[in-house]
Amino acid sequence: MTPAIRPRLLSRLEVGGGLLVAVVLLAVPLVAAPFQTITVCYGLVFAIAALGFNLLLGYTGLLSFGHSAYFGVGAYVTAELVKYLGWTSMEAYVVAGIVASALAAGLFGIVCVRYTRIFFGILTLALSQVLWSLALKLFWVTGGTDGLRVPTPTLLFGTLAPTRDKMDFLAYHYYYYVLVLFAAAVAVMWLIVHSPFGKALQAIRDNETRAEFVGVQVRKYRWIAFVVSGAFTGLAGTLWVPLNGLTTPDILYWQFSGRIVFFVVLGGFRTFWGPIVGALAYNYLETYAVGFTVYWQLVLGLVLILLVLTLPQGLAGAVEALSHRLRRAPAMT
Amino acid sequence: MDTLLSQILNSLFYASILFLIACGLSLVYGVMRIVNMAHGNLYAFGAYVAAWTVGLVAVRLPDVNAIVLFVLLLAGALAAAAAGAVLEPTLLRPLYKRAEEYQLLMTFGLLLVLEDVMRLLWGPHPLTASVVADALPSVSLLGLTYPGYNLFVIVIGGVAALALWAFVYRTRFGVMLRATSQDMRMASALGINVKRVYVQAFTIGCLMAGLGGAVVMPISGAVLGMGVDALILAFVVVVIGGLGSLEGALVGALIVGFVRTLGIMYFAEVELAVLYLIAAIVLFVRPAGLFARA
Repeated sequence: MTPAIRPRLLSRLEVGGGLLVAVVLLAVPLVAAPFQTITVCYGLVFAIAALGFNLLLGYTGLLSFGHSAYFGVGAYVTAELVKYLGWTSMEAYVVAGIVASALAAGLFGIVCVRYTRIFFGILTLALSQVLWSLALKLFWVTGGTDGLRVPTPTLLFGTLAPTRDKMDFLAYHYYYYVLVLFAAAVAVMWLIVHSPFGKALQAIRDNETRAEFVGVQVRKYRWIAFVVSGAFTGLAGTLWVPLNGLTTPDILYWQFSGRIVFFVVLGGFRTFWGPIVGALAYNYLETYAVGFTVYWQLVLGLVLILLVLTLPQGLAGAVEALSHRLRRAPAMT
Repeated sequence: MDTLLSQILNSLFYASILFLIACGLSLVYGVMRIVNMAHGNLYAFGAYVAAWTVGLVAVRLPDVNAIVLFVLLLAGALAAAAAGAVLEPTLLRPLYKRAEEYQLLMTFGLLLVLEDVMRLLWGPHPLTASVVADALPSVSLLGLTYPGYNLFVIVIGGVAALALWAFVYRTRFGVMLRATSQDMRMASALGINVKRVYVQAFTIGCLMAGLGGAVVMPISGAVLGMGVDALILAFVVVVIGGLGSLEGALVGALIVGFVRTLGIMYFAEVELAVLYLIAAIVLFVRPAGLFARA
């Protein structure tokens, strides 16, 4: 992670915390078992999707219930490249995944960004369900419910071929590969939200009419945010496939969109870091809780309801409020 | 000729069910400005309760009169209404003053919870009670033999549409409902108990959804996931017709019903995609739907 892109914009807490997190993430494959490392790797992938999602929810004020579409496009494009062209290079997958998901988001975005609030949510959900139904029914292309297998790819332009032990390869080489892309994604998103463009999005979120009056082209900016958001989520989808080894229509289903929503609300969508925390935390919870209960959705739903009622700022917001209170406490007594 | 007639009847059958689901979604939005993501699950809940009740009685009293079984279908509608009457004041009311995102997130949370509650109560396997559908004989219509129960559902859909129309436009409560939906503050200033109107509107919406689930159950059974499938189709209906408009829900339901029937015959793979293409075209031409009131 590169927390010192714009030191002015980063508080001392963020720099310190970022360095600590970077050291921990770099050390994971060296100290943890392969299974643990792969769990963290999944978390990093989901964190990229959550970052992309939050550009819309946290910074533009648009709640999408259909981000599974872009994650799925990233994953399926990779699988189709394997199936039809026999490509094995991860770099090719990444480029194709980003381009294809940006195209899909660009197309869907034309319809979706004409609306806000509820209509936006409905349309994004609906369009993702259309893709899901296509993936399910056009089985000669997509493999239907069986999905498509994706073998472990070669990294770094074919110079790093997968070793015989797939698990070790994923838990070491592939982990660092994902970590680098994760750091790049965080850096790019950080630059985006602190750029004039990012500020314009926040202006749209806070007051659309005023933003329009100061000359922000609201619909165009929303569309661009939608495309960028889709591309991040698509990148996550592409990175996810080799980990899973298989892509099925499940990742296009609304429940997967709900999961992305959940990452971000759990972490807190009013902060930059919240979605990342949420994705990592959720992934950990799920990995261990699914073993205990088949009623995982019930747990998720109850937690979501509780979060909305009692902790609308999410984990990151709660930590922030707590540190605020702790810092203030001595002064007040 | 026979196939044409039977396809028309099939379309009307779909449209009846879709109307029962979509009118509640539209009513709740019209009055409360909330889109209930869990609406489809209340429809599924109605189906499960109806299947469970009918199954219970049909097993204990094998020679019970078929009319009793039809009345028992109402249990599904009433259960969904009761669920709505509990959910609105407890979970939605605290959120009216908060940003809209939270309301959507809340109903989404409810969707997840209800889906698993049904799995918890009734297990992962579908519940059916085809006794009810078998109780009505097939009917001969212009040389076509058609299941009587499907005609019954079409009639229920028509009666429900009429009853809802009369309720909203011809009763005192309907006036209060429309006043609240037009201007909540003004209605409140004029002495209307807005909180009560909200509960009632939400309950009626859930009642209709539950009724839809109950009447479709003898044919397609109560299955996990039916709620979300229905929600996705109901969205198309309200987007085409105009969210918040009952006439729109009716016309939207008819359009979607006919297109679905055509789709099953000619383009089964891309049926949902075609429906959403229509919805997208409507949104481009008339952004607020065909029957939107400004």
